[in-house]
Amino acid sequence: MSLSAHDKELIVKVWTKISPKAAQIGGDALGRLIVVFPQTKIYFSHFADLSPSSPQIKAHGAKVLGAIGEAVSGIDNVSASLSKLSELHAYNLRVDPVNFKLLAHTLLVSLSATLGAEFTPEIHLAWDKFLAIIAAVLSEKYR
Amino acid sequence: MVHWTDAEREAINTFWAKIDHEEVGHQALTRVLVVYPWTQRYFSTFGNLSNATAIAGNPKVRAHGKRVLDALGDAITHLDNVSATYAKLSQLHSEKLHVDPENFRLLGETLIIVLAGHFGAAFTPTIQATWQKFLAVVIAALSKQYH
Repeated sequence: MSLSAHDKELIVKVWTKISPKAAQIGGDALGRLIVVFPQTKIYFSHFADLSPSSPQIKAHGAKVLGAIGEAVSGIDNVSASLSKLSELHAYNLRVDPVNFKLLAHTLLVSLSATLGAEFTPEIHLAWDKFLAIIAAVLSEKYR
Repeated sequence: MVHWTDAEREAINTFWAKIDHEEVGHQALTRVLVVYPWTQRYFSTFGNLSNATAIAGNPKVRAHGKRVLDALGDAITHLDNVSATYAKLSQLHSEKLHVDPENFRLLGETLIIVLAGHFGAAFTPTIQATWQKFLAVVIAALSKQYH
C-alpha cells in the first residue's frame, strides 16, 4: 500500500488546515482512545489523571500529533522521518502494535468531528492509508 | 444478555432520534466502498462504482445504506435481545451473501466516523464508547449464525 500523488496532496491540504488545532485534536484523539478502549490505559499508568480531560493526556496527544506533522513534512519517506520514534516504540515503549490501529481510528474520529463535511470520503481514504503507513513504520523494528 | 446502563440506553436512543437514516446510511456505505474498495466485490450488481463521485451518486448505494440503517433501528428497538432480532439477518449474511464478518467491523468503524462528522464535539468520548459497544453487539449478533 502506498500513497498516490493525489493522496499526498489531500494529506498535506488537511494538515495545513488543522495544524493550528493540532494539539487539541491530538488531545481529543488520545482522550477518546482511553475511554473507548480502556485497556490502552496500561501505557499511561504513570499519569496521575487518566480521564479524557487530563492535562497529561492532552499534552501527550499534542506530542503524537506533532510526530504526525513530521511524517507529513517527510511524506515521501515516512520510514526515514519517523526512524527514531520507530526505535523508541520497538526497544523502549513496546506498545502492542494493535494499539496503533485503535489510535488511528480515534484520530479519524477526531478529524471527522473537527472537519465535518470537509472530511470527504477521499480525504478519509488518504488519511486512513497514511495512518496505516505510520503504524507500519512504528512497528518496523519490533522484530 | 448484554447489560445496558440507563445512560447508555439514553445515549443510543437520543442520538438515534437525531439521525437521518438515509443520509447517514448513504454516507457510511459510500465511505466503506471508497476507503475499503475491495468491499465493492459484494455489490457487483450496483452498476457504476468506478470512483468516489460515482459511488456517492449511485442510487443503489443510497438505497442500500438506508436499508442498513433501518435494520440498525431494529436492533435499537430490541436492545435487550439483539441476537434473536438478527437471527435471520445473520443467516442471510452467512449462507446467502457470504459476507466476511470483518466487513461488519469496517462498516461499524465507518459509521462511528460519520456520526462524529455529523455531531462534532457533541459526540463525546463517552458517547462514542457507548455507540462502539452497541455496534460490537450488533456485529456479534450478525456473526452468530456463521459456522
